[in-house]
This record gives sequence, structure tokens and C-alpha cells, in this order.
Amino acid sequence: MTANHVARIFLAAFVAMFFVYLFGPLLVMGVTAFNSSAFPRVTPFECFSVEWFGVLAAYGKLMRGLANSVTIGLGVVALAVPVGMAGALLLTQVPERARPWYYTMTISPILIPGVVLGISTLVFWDRLGRMFGAGEESVFYSGVFLTIIGQTTFVSAYCMLIFLARLQRFDGALEEAARDLGATAGQSFRKVLLPFLKPAIGSAAVLAFLASFENYNTTVFTSLTSETLVTVLAGKVRHGINPSISALAVIIIALTLLGAAVYEILKRREGREQSGKEGDRKRRATLLLNPALAVLLLICVAGVGTIYFAGTVGVEECKAAVQEEKRRRAQERIDALRRQRQSREPPSPTQDNGVRRRDDPTSIFAPDSIEIPGEAPEPSRDEPEEDTPAQRNVDPFAPENLAPTG
Amino acid sequence: MSPPSNSGARQGAHWLRALVARFGPGFGVCLLALAAFWVLLLILLPQLAMVDFSFRPNLPPAEQGGAHDTYTLEHYTYLIRGSEPDGYNTIDLAVFARTLLVAALVTVFDLAICYPIAYLLARSAHGGWARLLVLSLVVPFWVNEILRAFAFRILFGASGVINDALLFLGFAEEPMDFIRANVALYSGLAYAFVLLMIFPLYNAIESLDKNQVEAARDMGASTIYTHWRVVIPHAKPGISSGCTMVFMLSAGALAAPQILGGPSSLWFTQIIYQWFNTGNNWPRGSAYAIVLLVSTVLLVLLAMRVFKVRLTELGR
Repeated sequence: MTANHVARIFLAAFVAMFFVYLFGPLLVMGVTAFNSSAFPRVTPFECFSVEWFGVLAAYGKLMRGLANSVTIGLGVVALAVPVGMAGALLLTQVPERARPWYYTMTISPILIPGVVLGISTLVFWDRLGRMFGAGEESVFYSGVFLTIIGQTTFVSAYCMLIFLARLQRFDGALEEAARDLGATAGQSFRKVLLPFLKPAIGSAAVLAFLASFENYNTTVFTSLTSETLVTVLAGKVRHGINPSISALAVIIIALTLLGAAVYEILKRREGREQSGKEGDRKRRATLLLNPALAVLLLICVAGVGTIYFAGTVGVEECKAAVQEEKRRRAQERIDALRRQRQSREPPSPTQDNGVRRRDDPTSIFAPDSIEIPGEAPEPSRDEPEEDTPAQRNVDPFAPENLAPTG
Repeated sequence: MSPPSNSGARQGAHWLRALVARFGPGFGVCLLALAAFWVLLLILLPQLAMVDFSFRPNLPPAEQGGAHDTYTLEHYTYLIRGSEPDGYNTIDLAVFARTLLVAALVTVFDLAICYPIAYLLARSAHGGWARLLVLSLVVPFWVNEILRAFAFRILFGASGVINDALLFLGFAEEPMDFIRANVALYSGLAYAFVLLMIFPLYNAIESLDKNQVEAARDMGASTIYTHWRVVIPHAKPGISSGCTMVFMLSAGALAAPQILGGPSSLWFTQIIYQWFNTGNNWPRGSAYAIVLLVSTVLLVLLAMRVFKVRLTELGR
């Protein structure tokens, strides 16, 4: 019995740790979006502020990337959903012996590394363009077009899987009945099969858009000059980071949660329609008791609440206080070093050659080199602190200030 | 006896006729055209073009298709030999080996942490709670790759939460450089593909008859033995689908290594990326991409042979 208990506790701890692993990183990133510190961090938490959302909105390149992403996403939906549907419908028609080959071929783009898909698309359309003697301005060299084509290659496979799952539940007798009642083949397709596939079309469209929107590996090769949101983001993250990226993540997580809630509600409605009107009232009563919905609702309320409070707390006062605190601490350190210098000065009074002076902490370079760490507590390799104008004045050795002025 | 080609042609004509009979001539032709567009123009021909391109010398556009544009193995030999005639390209080969090895380790790690969760999800969660669990697994997956990598960068940075915690608890004297040690990269990769492991496992375990587990237990089998002899053999197709996906995707990952990789270590996809961008040698990039694709596929097939999984069992 005790062994069983131990096993249970162990299992519960494991599940808890798993979910910490799953949500911890996102939570930490979310918190950094609201910290006024210029480097994304949780501790020390300086001030609660929403300024990084403003920084995000003012970043023009990102917004242009967003526009490109949406264009590409819509293009992929328009292309991949019909292609995926055709792929799924044909699978049922292809001769038995060719079916495994056909299936392997159409499913393979999911497993082929995105990098390879991007490269092959780029190379192939470059060749075609050259074959037709197309110019640089033509569609063969348009980043948006190439990205739509490259992404459709694998997004269609996702769509096909969705359609196949739905088709498994299709009753072929419905089609036969329609034909018996005098419908043409085209009519039975339009009026029987297509309406049956409608939910799958919706899911496939949403999935296609999301898959296209968040793709990086293929897009980074095919997008050429028309960068998407994700490629702009990747460039930004690679060349120094700040909390506006966390702010973007908060927006995306919020949208995902919203989408999940809408999906859950739609799913329930669909389930209700299928099970008929009986038990309708009982289901509605349990709608709020459904843990998934309840948790989602809770998260939404909490999120809106925090953002509302962010507006009411005096951000500027808090920031000024933090700045003052930093300055005070820096001053303390300077004072401490000065005192140290004064106490150390007598032993080496007149040795005044330049070499000594370099190594000496009491040299004229000291006060400036002290003030930098005072203002920016832990400068390290992976966190380029963004200098505020005030800091720049204090720091004569900042790279910007070393630029030749004459 | 009619020759096989004849019967094949007849069968071909037969399925085309069946297609038109079912969907009508208009829709039938549309479906066929769309599928042909996909299979030929999007999947098959681009791959072939890339293979062809990888055997060509790196020429300026004006000279392509000219007299110098002959087939060559130079890009493949470069990967092995490097630029010295009698040396080995140790840098690229080491990166290649490390990429495959780490991808395999990430796969094993994901399998180890996902199996218990998938089993719990399939066996003991019901109704609304199961839905909540599934949703909570899906949400992190929809946050895009770059942002997930960014989250790990914040977490593992010199003043990140983990270092702060270590310092606070006194486990470390000064911040550890997790980025340089690639700890951030490995955990970020494992994180990125957790979902792709859980769902195939979940589907496979869920279809197992609960009575089989109970029967094994009644006969006196221990928990571990029950899993080893009953659950895992049943879930084998799911396990192999999940492992295949995670392995292929982590070997082909680009964003996470770019953002989380240490300054002195590369991922093989990064070398490919460099040949295309800064190196400006597309044929060599293509050759490297083909080496990556072929070697990962061969490794997956080898693993399936070793674990006795048939190809047709995948994706179920």
C-alpha cells in the first residue's frame, strides 16, 4: 500500500514537473513583457509597464512583415485547402496497388526538413524562370509567390490528413441515394459530399493559415526580400533582444487562448446539434462547469485585469524611483572606491609613470569605468543593454560617443 | 496471357472512369489537376531539380547552361575532403555527426518524458479534464518557434530565472553560461517537439483494450513488466511515428540553433543556410541539404528495421 502511495506521489510530481516545463518558459517570457527593464528579465522586477507594446507597434519593419505574413497565409489557405481536399478524395480512387506509393509521396513533405523544401522550391522556380526567360520582376522571383508555393507543399499534407479523417466517417450510401434520385455526379458532389466536408474545410483553413503564419524554416529561404513577421522576428532576436518581443509573444499567446476558447465553444455546439435537442438544457448547464472552458475564461479575465491595472499604476513615478535607486547605488559604489583610494594613496605617492597608472585602480580612468557597471548592473555577453540617453551622457566610452565627431 | 502493361493500362483507364463517374467530368478533372499540380510541381520536380543542381558547379547566372555547366561531384567531395586535396573536412563532418547524434538524443528524451504523460492522458483522463489537458498541450505548440526559442534564451541567460535561482539557492558562485554549453539549445529543441511525440503515443495507447492491462496485472505482472510486454508492443506504431517526426524535425531545425546555439557550435542546417546566404554557393547548399535529407531518412529506415516496424504502420 505504501509503495503504491509513493508511486502515486512520484507520478504526480512528474506530471507537475512536465507542466512546469511546458508552461514555465512561456510564463517567464510573458512576465518580462511587463517589466520596464530594458533587458527581458523577471528579476529584478522594476516597474509594471505596458510600454513594450507601444515599442512593438512603432516597429515598422515588423508591421510590414505582418502584412506579408497575412497575404502569404491567405494565399496558402486558398491553394492548400483545395489541393489537400483533392489529394484526400483521390486517395480513395487511386488503384489499390498504387495507393501506398501515392500516400507516402503526398505525406512525405511533412517529414522532409523545411530547409530542404525551401531550397528545392527556390532552385526549381529559379530554373523555370530562366527557362521562360522571365525577368527579376516576374512572379518566379517574387518572395510572396515562392513562399506560398513552398509552404503549400507541406501544408496541403496537413489538410489532406484532416480531410481523410473526416472522409472515414462518410457514408457512401448517401451519394448512391442521391444518384438514384436522379442527381448528376456533379450535383451529388456539390450537394452531398461537399456539405459533409464543410467542417473539415473550416478546420483545414484555420490550420493552413496558422501553419503558414508561424513557418520559419521554409520561409527564410523562399521569402527573398519580402520578409514575413517570423523572419523579421528571427533577425531581431539574433541581433540583440528586448522585451518588445515578449510583448509580441503575450499577444500571440492571448490570441491562441482566444482561438482555443472559440474552438471549444464551436465544438460543443456541433456536438449539441448532432445529439439532437434532448438533453439540451443539461448541456447548457454544464457549459460553465466544463474545466477547459472555465480555465480559459479565468485566464482571459486575469489577463484583462492585469492590463487594466497596468494603466492605473503610475509607471513614470515608479521608473523614476528605480532610476533614482540605481543612481544612488552607483554613487555608493563610487564613494566606496574613493574612500578606498584615499586610504591607499599614501603608500604610493609619487610613482607616476604611465604603465603604473594603467594598472592602478586609482587612475583617472577609474570613475568612468565604475559608473558603467553602476548604471547597468550585469553587462554580459548575451544581454546588450539598451542605453538610455541619460546613460549615454554619463558614459564617455560608449561606442556611440567614440565616433569621430569632426 | 495478356502482358502486364496492358492490364495496368486497363486498370488505369478503369480508375479514371470511376473518378469521372463519381465526381462528374468537371470536378473530376479539377481534382486530378490539383493533385497532379501538388505531386509533380510542388513535391517531385523541385526535389529532382535540387538533386540535379547539387551536381553542378557554382557558376554565375550568365554561364549556367553553358560549356562549363557539366556534372560534377565537387560539392559532395567538399563535404568529406574540404578544400585541401588530401585532408578531411573535419569541421563540417563534426557538425553533421553532432546534429544527428543530438537529434537522436532529443528524440529519446522526448519519448521518455512523453510516454508517461500520454499513458495517463489515454488511461485516466476523461471528459472535460481530458479536453483541458489536450488544450494545454496544444497552446504552447501554437506559439511560434522563434518565440519559444526566445523564451528559453530569457530562461537560460546570464541573468535569467534559472541562474538567479541557482545563485539565490547557493548552488552556483557565479552565473553559468548555459548558452555556450548548449544546454539551452538541447532543452529548447526537446521542448519544441513534445507535442509531436505525445499525440501519436496517445492515439496508439488509447486504442489498447483496458482489459489487457488488467489481465496482465491479475496474472501477477509488475507495472514495468505490463508496460514492457503489453502496452509498448501495442503502441509501437505510435512510438515509431512520434520518434520519426521528432527526429526528422529536430535534425532539420533551423530557428532554435540560430537563436539558442552557442557561439562556437553550429547545426548542420546552419551550414546549409550559410552556403545559400553569405557563402553564395547554392549548388553546395543543395548538396548539403540532400546529404541531410538522405541520411536522416536512411537512419529512420534503419531504426525501423532494428525495431521491426513496417513502413505501412507509420501514420496510423
